[in-house]
Amino acid sequence: MEEEKPWVLISEVGGDHGYLEELADIVKQHFRIICHKELLENPELHGPKIQALLNWKYCPVVEPTLLRLLPALKVVASGGVGVDHLDVPFINSLGVKVTNTPRVVSDSTADLAMGLLLASARRILEENIHAHFCLREMSGEHLTLVPSYGVTNATIGIIGMGEIGYKIAQRAKGFDMKIVYHNRRRRSAEDERAVGATFCQSLDELLGTSDFVMIAVKFTPETRGLIGHRELSIMKPTATLINISRGQVVDQDALVEALQSGSIQAAALDVTHPEPLPRDHPLLGLHNVLITPHIGINTFTTARQMVEKMVRNAVAAVEGSPVPDEVKLQ
Amino acid sequence: MKAVRKLMKVFITRRIPPEGMKILAAAEGCEVSQWDSDEPVPRSDLLKGVEGAHGLLCLLSDKIDKEVLDAAGPNLKVISTMSVGFDHLVLSEIKKRGIRVGYTPDVLTDATAELTVALLLATSRRLPEGVEEVKSGGWSSWKPLWLCGYGLSGSTVGIVGLGRIGMAIAQRLLPFGVKRLLYSGRTAKSYAAEVNGEFVPLDTLASESDFIVVSCSLTPETQGMCDKAFFRKMKKTSIFINSSRGSCSKPGGSCTEALSSGQIAAAGLDVTTPEPLPTNHPLLTLKNCVVLPHIGSATYSTRGIMSALAAQNLLGGLQGSDMPSELSL
Repeated sequence: MEEEKPWVLISEVGGDHGYLEELADIVKQHFRIICHKELLENPELHGPKIQALLNWKYCPVVEPTLLRLLPALKVVASGGVGVDHLDVPFINSLGVKVTNTPRVVSDSTADLAMGLLLASARRILEENIHAHFCLREMSGEHLTLVPSYGVTNATIGIIGMGEIGYKIAQRAKGFDMKIVYHNRRRRSAEDERAVGATFCQSLDELLGTSDFVMIAVKFTPETRGLIGHRELSIMKPTATLINISRGQVVDQDALVEALQSGSIQAAALDVTHPEPLPRDHPLLGLHNVLITPHIGINTFTTARQMVEKMVRNAVAAVEGSPVPDEVKLQ
Repeated sequence: MKAVRKLMKVFITRRIPPEGMKILAAAEGCEVSQWDSDEPVPRSDLLKGVEGAHGLLCLLSDKIDKEVLDAAGPNLKVISTMSVGFDHLVLSEIKKRGIRVGYTPDVLTDATAELTVALLLATSRRLPEGVEEVKSGGWSSWKPLWLCGYGLSGSTVGIVGLGRIGMAIAQRLLPFGVKRLLYSGRTAKSYAAEVNGEFVPLDTLASESDFIVVSCSLTPETQGMCDKAFFRKMKKTSIFINSSRGSCSKPGGSCTEALSSGQIAAAGLDVTTPEPLPTNHPLLTLKNCVVLPHIGSATYSTRGIMSALAAQNLLGGLQGSDMPSELSL
């Protein structure tokens, strides 16, 4: 039975860039595994065997040089919902399908979005929060822990009301937040009513009225640089920008300027461009910016569900059955 | 504002938001003295300040016990605390002297529930660690599943004490996809149905919850409730959140031990014993422990409203009339 299982290429098991043991076990139920390092040691032997590639963003990096080693490849099964790290048209041109894992990442991403919003609003990750205890030794602005403006009854403007955006709206409703949104397509009246969301025909309208601007769009050529100088200047000076989409959706230089000048109050980012940011990047020095290292989907449950989906997609592609999550570009 | 009939001496134990000060300033016949600082009043200054006072406006960091009451003397008619908790007031001594007590329930429910959820998310998703790695340069190459945490979707949440704040926390957590909402307390609550709450013994809550949130008031019954045995019953993957009172957790390091030995995954504490925690306390060194300096109610509007309410409670007591929020003794 073991001999009949098809071969799959993954980055590695264990280590910083690898799969957790229990996740690798899920893969082993359907595939025999070759790790990237093994492949490179003997590409002529291993390469032609591989029919599926499980990819997690840059692990491994899916470039033409790698693909050239895999003549029998049927599918690149990517983890996560974004595929901006893959040249999908090129991969498809080789007769190879690309799949992603929609929906499984939505809850953990929406959770993190709210976590960033709340952490920023209630100032709980500020420098020296624990040092409040040695206030007596400190002087100036840290002498009193200044209260915040709070989240309850504030207005959240969600840009991109897809699956993740909508889940954010559901969570925001629990805090009695006023919810406005902007999307390519308006949501149904029922969807809007369920979370009490108001559609903003224009992005500017959303930007001008929101206390928290939440970016949850898909990264596409249309959304690149969606938030720039102009958009940031329309935002309230007391507003916070939160980005869980992709760094490239925001003009980062414009953001730095807006934060430094007080054009907006604060920002909380799980995504930047590049990742990681260079050590001397101005964003890292600003006291009113919260940055987390792209951990939106990073929960144990989500990881397991993602790997299960990646495997399911890979199995279907290898068997020639309908592939559940094939990425088809419009 | 009805004028008080004779000059009433009032002592305020801290600098409070202007909303409350304005109300007291407008009341005729009120002589206000105050410990004008953002730091707690030292004990000796408290004992001096209350001498002859008719009214005392205090905070939860001020222990109002027999010594303070004796120092105040027979004029003292009302104690108004700018908090919803009253574990710092020795009620038996206060009741004995016929002193009325005002407190600030409800107005801080939203802010505290909000902060509790903020703390839960920061703890379970390891936000402080993430922020630190970004700042320190630990964020080098892209690593999948780095800083993996625990999600709320499909989880079981256990709320210890489903009072006003507990309910507000439950209402905020449910949309995160929580599967089961357990709660414990003295009695089952009819309003728990609104959040599909299941009333269970504390032991059951400890062993079946993925997230435990302590939001009960501190009483002799809840004191030290979360002891070694409690933490031992908890799942290895569970998260412990306390925004109630530090002493609900048994002092002597049971929480510290549970965290460092891997009995539980992580803890988020807005309250500790003591407050503030000394800077060399072990809890502050643990990566899986997030400690906040008791900021549950710290929003501008909430603190302003609390200040106004505490002032109004105080005046009600001084005038012998109704207090907007009187604690029944």
